[in-house]
Formats: sequence, C-alpha cells, structure tokens
Amino acid sequence: MSCSRILPRLLGLCLLQSPLVFAAAGEVHEFKLDNGLQLLVKEDHRAPIVTSQVWYKVGSSYETEGKTGLSHMLEHLMFKGTPSHPQGEFSRIMAANGATENAFTSQDYTAYFQNIANDRLETSFELEADRMRNLLLDEAEFKKERQVVAEERRSRTEDNPGGVLTEQFHAAAYQTNPYHNPVIGWMSDIQHYEIGDLKAWYAHWYAPNNATVVVAGDVDPKAVLELAKKHFGKLSPSEIKATAVRPEVKQLGMKRILVKVPAKQPQLMMGYKTPVLKGSAPELLPDIYALELLAAVLDGGSSARLTKNLIRGQEIAVEVGAGYTGFERLETLFTFAGVPTPAHSLDDLEKAIVGQIQAIKDKGVEPAELTRAKTLLRAAKVYERDSVFYQAMQLGTLATLGLDWRLSDSYLKEIEKVTAEQVQAAAQKYLVEDQLTVARLEPQPLGVNQRITEDQPHTGAIR
Amino acid sequence: MKSAVKKLSVCVLVFAFSPASWAIPQIEEWETANGARVLFVAAPEIPMVDVKVVFDAGSARDGEKSGLAALTNNLLDEGAGDKSADQMAESFENLGATVGHAADRDMATLSLRSLNDPALLQPALENLALSYSQPRFEAEAFKRVQQQTLAQIEQAAQTPGSVAAHAFYRALYDKHPYASPVEGTTSSVTALTPEEIKTFHKHYYVAKNAVIAIVGALDKTQAEALANTLTKQLPIGEPASALPAPQDLTAPQTVHIQHPSTQTHVLLGQLGVSRHDPDYFPLYVGNYVLGGGGFVSRLLKQVREKRGLAYSVASYFGFQQVAGTFIASLQTRNDQTAQALEVAQGVLKDFVENGATETELKAAKQHLIGGFPMKIDSNREILEYLAMIGFYRMPLDHLQNFTKKVDAVTLEQIKTAYQKRFHLDKFITLTVGNETAVVKSEK
Repeated sequence: MSCSRILPRLLGLCLLQSPLVFAAAGEVHEFKLDNGLQLLVKEDHRAPIVTSQVWYKVGSSYETEGKTGLSHMLEHLMFKGTPSHPQGEFSRIMAANGATENAFTSQDYTAYFQNIANDRLETSFELEADRMRNLLLDEAEFKKERQVVAEERRSRTEDNPGGVLTEQFHAAAYQTNPYHNPVIGWMSDIQHYEIGDLKAWYAHWYAPNNATVVVAGDVDPKAVLELAKKHFGKLSPSEIKATAVRPEVKQLGMKRILVKVPAKQPQLMMGYKTPVLKGSAPELLPDIYALELLAAVLDGGSSARLTKNLIRGQEIAVEVGAGYTGFERLETLFTFAGVPTPAHSLDDLEKAIVGQIQAIKDKGVEPAELTRAKTLLRAAKVYERDSVFYQAMQLGTLATLGLDWRLSDSYLKEIEKVTAEQVQAAAQKYLVEDQLTVARLEPQPLGVNQRITEDQPHTGAIR
Repeated sequence: MKSAVKKLSVCVLVFAFSPASWAIPQIEEWETANGARVLFVAAPEIPMVDVKVVFDAGSARDGEKSGLAALTNNLLDEGAGDKSADQMAESFENLGATVGHAADRDMATLSLRSLNDPALLQPALENLALSYSQPRFEAEAFKRVQQQTLAQIEQAAQTPGSVAAHAFYRALYDKHPYASPVEGTTSSVTALTPEEIKTFHKHYYVAKNAVIAIVGALDKTQAEALANTLTKQLPIGEPASALPAPQDLTAPQTVHIQHPSTQTHVLLGQLGVSRHDPDYFPLYVGNYVLGGGGFVSRLLKQVREKRGLAYSVASYFGFQQVAGTFIASLQTRNDQTAQALEVAQGVLKDFVENGATETELKAAKQHLIGGFPMKIDSNREILEYLAMIGFYRMPLDHLQNFTKKVDAVTLEQIKTAYQKRFHLDKFITLTVGNETAVVKSEK
C-alpha cells in the first residue's frame, strides 16, 4: 500500500495495483438450493448488521402493452399480507426489529430489502419466504393501493417537468423495445389494472427458481445457507415461462421530439442506441467497456470534458451530463442531458454536445484523460466497499440480468485494458446521427404563482 | 393462531439483542493550534479517508444578502491560489479523490473522499485546504456560478415541493434569517457582488468557526497531521455570533399558492426545537409514532394505508442551531386535498391531546434501539454524525447514550412535550396546487 511513499514517481503504478489487492477482500459465496433459488453471500464484518435482498427476474421490460407498470404495482402489493402474516404485519414486525425496509422496481428487476441487525436475519428470511409464495392479493387492498400508485406517478412524473421529458424521450427513442414504457406504467394502464392481472403476474414470476437472495454483512455464509434452506428451501419451484422479448427495430434516422409543459427551465435529452453486455457477441464486449470509459471521459467528474468545456470553458450549460451502462437486459442508450444558460438556446447546447462528440471522433482522447478516468473508477471500487447495501445491489443486479456476478470484480480488469483508440472507435461507431433521438423541453407558462394568505385568526383550521 | 406465535418469537429476538456487545465508535476530539475543532473516528477496515470541513457559514449568515453564503460556498471549487478551476478539478481527480461542497441554513461544508495512501491523500488535502483558504473569487467564475444559481432558482420555481418548502419557511420565520431560501431569490442573487463574497469569506471561513470531521484508515497522529494540513492556512478569526431565537407564531396562517400541478402539496407545521432542547428525545421518539416511522406511523396508516390518499406522507423535526421546524407533509390529487388535510389534522390533534399508546411507545423503542446499528454502519454515516455532533456541540458520547436515552422516554414525557410545544390553534396550513377552492371552502 505504501510503495508510493518511498517512490512518489510510481504514483500511477501504485494506484493501479492497490485496488486490485483490496478487491480480494469480501469474498462472495454462491449457493443454489434444490428448488432453484440462488443465494449470494458477501461477508463484511465492520458492523453487526446485514442487508438482505430478494431479487426477482421481472420488471417493466417483461410487461405487455396495456398492462405497463404491473411489476411495480405488484411490488406495492407484496406488503399487503399473507394468511400467516396479515396486512400490516410485515412492516410492523420489520419495524419492531429495527429494520429499514423497502423495495424497488426497474426495467429489469423487482427487489425487496431489509437492512437489519445480523441476529435478526432469520426474521427477514421467514417473512420474505412467506410472501414469495403465499401473497393474499385482496381486492379491497388492491384498489386502495392502486390509488397510492397513481399518486406516486403524479409526484414522480405528471408534476415533474424533468420526469415528463424523460418518459417522452424513452417512448420516442425506443420504438418496439419494452424500455419504451415507463417503469411505473402509463396512467391509463394503472387505472385499469384488475386484481386478476396482479394474481397472474404473481403466479407467473414469484417463485424460488426465479429469485436471487443476496446477503451482505456480518454473517457466516454457512449459517446463512442453513437459514435459507430452512425458510426458502421448502418452497416449491414453478415452471417459469420465459416471455419473448420484442427487439428494437432498426432506427432509420434521427428522431426529434418537443415536450411542451408548464415549466421555467428548458432541458435537453439526447440518446444514441448502444449495445449492452447481455446478449452481445464476444467480439463486441470490448466495445461495451470502451463505451463505459467514453462516458467517464465525458462526465467522470469536474475535470471531465462536459463540465470543463461546456459549463466552464464555453459557458453554454448550467448543467450537463452523459451516461451509459452496459449492465442492462436489452439494447440501451448512451445519453446526454443538459440545461442551457439563460444566454444560450437549446440549439446552442445541442450543437455544443455534438461538437464534443465530434472532437473525440476526430482527435481521440488524451492519455492523461484516460488515465484519470481509470484512476477514478479504480478508486470508486474501493469507496463502494463503504456500503454493504451497494455491494449487495451490484451482485443482485448482475445475477438478475443473467450475468456472472464475478463481473463486479473483473470489471476493473476489463476497464484497464481499454485503449484511447478503442474509446475513439466506440464514439465513431455508436455515437452516430442516424441512431440519435433528441427530446427538448420547451417551457410553457406556469400560470400565476399567486400567494393567497389568510392570517387572521379563525377557528376550525384544525378539526 | 399462527400469528400469535410469530409475535412471541419476535419479542424474544428483540430482548436477545444486546448492542453492548459491539463497539460503538469512540470519538476523539481536539483543537488545532489555531482553534478549529476536530472530531475523529478511526476506521481501519477500508484503505480510505473521509473528511468534512464545516463552517458556521450557512444562509443564516446572509444578512440582507440572501444567497450570499451559498454562492460563496459554490465558488470554492472555482480556482484558488495558483490553480485555476480546471487545474483544481484535475489535481483532485488525478489522485482518485472526490470532493463536494454544500450549504444549508446552518452549515457551509466541504467534503473529500480519498484513498489513505499518503502519496494520494496528502496532495488531495492540500488542494482542499487551498480551495477554502485562498479562493480566487474571480469575476468570470463569479458570473458563471451566479447564472447557475439563478437557473437553480428557476428550477425550484417549477417544482411544487420546493415552492411549498420556501413558502413554509417564509411564513414560519418571517424576519428571522432562516426565512429566506438558502440559494437566495432571483433579485437577491442578481444583486450580489464578488466583493461581498470576499468579505463574507474572510469573516466566516476561519479556524475558530470551523469543525473538522475525519473518519478513515488513519491513526491519531496521522489524523492530527491531517487536521493541521486542513487548517494551517486559515486565520484564527472568531466563531460566528449566536443566532437570534425565532419567535413563535401568534396566529394561524393559511396560505395557498396556485401551481399548475395535478397534486396539491400540503405542509402543516410550526416551530420545532433546537438540537439542545431538553425535550429532544421525547419529541423525537413521539414523532416516530406520529409520522416519522416509515410504514408504521399514524399519519401513513390513516392517509395512505386506510384511504389511499397519498404516496408520501410523513412528519419530521428539522433540528437546527436555534428552533428548527416541525412539518407534517403530504401530496394528494388536487380534488382530495380537503379530505387529506382533514385526516392529517385529525391525526395531529389526537396525538397532541392524547399522546402515544403503550404499544406504540414500545414499538417505537424497539425500532429506534434495534435499528441503531444501521445508523452507523458505514464511514459515510459516521462522518455525518461527527459533523453534526461537532457543529452543534452535542455531547461526544451522543452515540454511546442514544439507545439509553430513547429507552428512558416515557408516555408522560411525550404527552407533556407535545402539549407544551404544539400550538395547533396557531399552525401554518400551506397548500401548493391547482385548487384555490380548497382554502376558500374552509372559511
């Protein structure tokens, strides 16, 4: 660890080596129960706590038209009771055990978690195993919860200009790929779910052979396995009928949409169709890592190109960023998003972003930039060990995508191999105009921000 | 039948749990030669270091210049000493270090996360120290960050939640420095000058007004050297003066702000208390029952679970240097506002009049005590606690005593504290949404 204390000039080398040494810490133990349930355990003995997560291979990209958001709706209903733990009991028991608990749904997965003292892990397993197979799905509870989900959608999307823009952008960029639909579902779909839809979705996807349990924290892997056998082991597997995924049709030219909503701030989103690790031919894999580095060179910090050149430098953007991840189930987007300064238009910002891309296509990236991007990714790999939750999330994501969880360790090695030429080539190959979708938010008047105050005393305000 | 058995097994687990068997971080505290307060916890497991430098230079220090503290803080990564903003960013990131800065009403902070290798850590620390010790505050950077702030203010104006929060603070704090938004207003930020920034910085970014929190793979000697690196260029200065005490509301206020949203944001509230208030624990534990306790609070059960009126509904205390806020908030479809408001007000009234039940208090204690290890299970969280304990001058054994103090709270203390502190006849009722009729109908 201290080689650079003696030889400061070997700074880069030391950086390169040290995280690889640390990566050995926190070994992952993998088990498979007879019923097909996958169990991943990562030890971290810093505090007497554990994160326990159950991941299901189902999310919004598994849904069909007219029933969008069903996975997320079911996630809400998973808290509504089983015969042995009626409505309210799950959260009551978890709270009484000090747990922080919740769930999340994405395009590619639905996951449930509890962060809990390590001596309460059995409570988590007992209740998760119960609701994996025995959910009640009561119609009255469903109808109330459907209203809650509609309120959630109003908060996240309807009343959030950035949320509307993102939703419209995805719907335009993805034509036939199910990423076209929002994870939470379209409002009309939410309002037309029936209890039978939820029962069918639950019966289709919730089974031990479609789940991965990830446990990270201060635990003994063998003891975790025994607990898992005791609670999950008795559950019967299902025949999971894989649904065919409709691939994205080939994009035949640039797409451009306008989104006009009451707002104050213009915003821009751009996205280029890009491949992901899952399902890519072996010879394409280096491209994926090159794209990850391209995103880091553009937006991997305050010294990266977008902030340096467009926020400082040209002073065209007040906010600007780029994003790409190869860790998704289906074809994805390499995205750009930004807000122009008052002195500049969305046109100016779009041209400036395209200009930054063109510069990399024409001139490539500097060795110093590439080194810096890799340095930051290596350091981040050490920093992420501070969160057991995040470590478990990585494993759960990989396993649920059907990728090897060991990728969380081999990721850095693949990143190290990427050359400046590959980053340039990836930009030339994928960030091409015909594969681009552009969405612009053009603000409409908010109406009068009128403040109506009644401060004279009156009774009846609190009843 | 079966559920009764489950309950029993849960109780047994709760009592079997013993937090004493695990070492709660021991905080070491000292002062640097020039008077900065340092709090340190050794965390040898991961080869990294987290640092947070906190100045008593939040927006409460803005005076007549709303947004001054935030803009000053925002300019600290825009070049210092012999380094331009670009050079500053590159020198951190070449080392694998990540930095951040933030301002709220009380605090202005800078934070650094670095690997603990001295060859990486030391230059990163020197860079960080340079950023707040010798900031350039150049006119060009000032203008740019001022524009960014104005854009941020526009964004807040299109977000009903931010509109509601700003209006609530205005109504609650009136002439008190907490009344203004941290980032300022369009007119106040437009009027700021680089000279005002320099004066503010000179006054408040001084050693005696600083608290340094350190968590990481270091020993005490290394931590002392680290603190000296961070403070040696700071003038001694003076601690910021005490803030005035906010005045309790004397009459109820009902405010509605028209916004073209599909939901109405409802905020009900009044003054809270400071971090040093003797009723801190009864109020904190009581609020878990009322609206702080996630999926098991009274507000959530009544508004969301029973009636499906909201996705998000909660209550919380904002504990500050002087009396902070108490806010109960929810968002509901515009036409349900009156109903949701009535339910929330009913829950509040019942809680203030009658307090919690024995079962609820027991459940609250089980959660807060049983959940305590999860509050300090990462370096990041411990760092936040150190900054808070140091800045608010809370007892250094706060973490050691937390579960004991929660456990000592009684039903009587909760009832007394809420009856003493809560004045429902002088509450603020604030709504932001597309429904002027809601407030009118109440009259």
